[in-house]
Amino acid sequence: MTVFRTLAIAGLLLGYAAVTSAQSAVDEIAKYRQQLQDGNPADLWEARGEDVWKQKRGPKGVSLERCDLGLGPGVVTGAYAQLPRYFSDADRVMDLETRLVHCMVTLQGMSLADATKRPFGSGTNRSDFEALAAWITAESRGTKMNVSISHPKEAQAYRLGEKMFYFRGGPHDFACATCHGESGKRIRLQDLPNLTEKAGAQLGYTTWPAYRVSQGELRTFQWRLYDCFRQQRFPELKFTSEASIALTTFLAYNANGAAFNAPAIKR
Amino acid sequence: MADPMRIRAVARDGVVNVKVLMSHEMETGQRKDGAGQLVPAHFIQSVSATHNGKVVLSAQWGPAVSKNPFLEFNFKAGQKGERISVTWVDNKGEQRTDEATIN
Repeated sequence: MTVFRTLAIAGLLLGYAAVTSAQSAVDEIAKYRQQLQDGNPADLWEARGEDVWKQKRGPKGVSLERCDLGLGPGVVTGAYAQLPRYFSDADRVMDLETRLVHCMVTLQGMSLADATKRPFGSGTNRSDFEALAAWITAESRGTKMNVSISHPKEAQAYRLGEKMFYFRGGPHDFACATCHGESGKRIRLQDLPNLTEKAGAQLGYTTWPAYRVSQGELRTFQWRLYDCFRQQRFPELKFTSEASIALTTFLAYNANGAAFNAPAIKR
Repeated sequence: MADPMRIRAVARDGVVNVKVLMSHEMETGQRKDGAGQLVPAHFIQSVSATHNGKVVLSAQWGPAVSKNPFLEFNFKAGQKGERISVTWVDNKGEQRTDEATIN
């Protein structure tokens, strides 16, 4: 009996030690992020994004400066905090990347295939979308998230996104909610935000795009979803697809009210 | 041609704080690509900062420095409105110089 009790106490102590060391690791990671905040290499992407926005490109040789991100042609400041949204000229809901593709095709005269050939960069094969997203989102830093679902098509996208978030499938029988539906979950040492709660949804959405130190690349929200799908062993999430826009609408709307705070820096 | 650096320099109480973000691959020469071939080393070897024609920082770097390096340092005697210039040279002889005004 005594032996049993001693073991039980030892077990309790071990459990306690595991919890505190996990906690201190999380604190250390927070400290590490704090130190990097000042020299976030996302700055380099922001600078390039502004260049890409202003460069005359495509068969028509025009810049993106007349591109309407929802607040009028050429208005960038604060635009990202209200995306995705319904655009009457395209008669559909669009997120940032989809809208940029739309502008590249309609304003600059690129073909759809040319415009979307490199959604994500690696090494010297750089993506214009990552640079543009870095700059455009930086122009919304500090702006309160204010995504509307009042248009029927926006509401439809929101509902579809919500359904996808809870939809279980694939060889692992996974849903987004499997990892992001409970508080205090993590993958290795990475805290996973609980996206079903206001605070988690806000923290998750407002810190993308982000510079990923482990990849040495700036990653966009489209990339985040793409990679979550890969990790779930779902079929590949097509860049700027209706599914990606719907899921983004659901997550962006749930972040409403929070100040946008990206490009951020992550492990 | 490499991308420009981002340089921020702020003078306070006679000391200038300089923050430099450089855009560079910083390949160590130890990694292999998808085909199993070594990726050739490509990294910044020397960095120098000048203020009024005088070198205020000179550094020798190696392959252990991270991709897109961030460098922060302080030096004395800089004034608001003056220029600071930073140059890096890598092992392939490529180089880049950028300037910024001290705030």
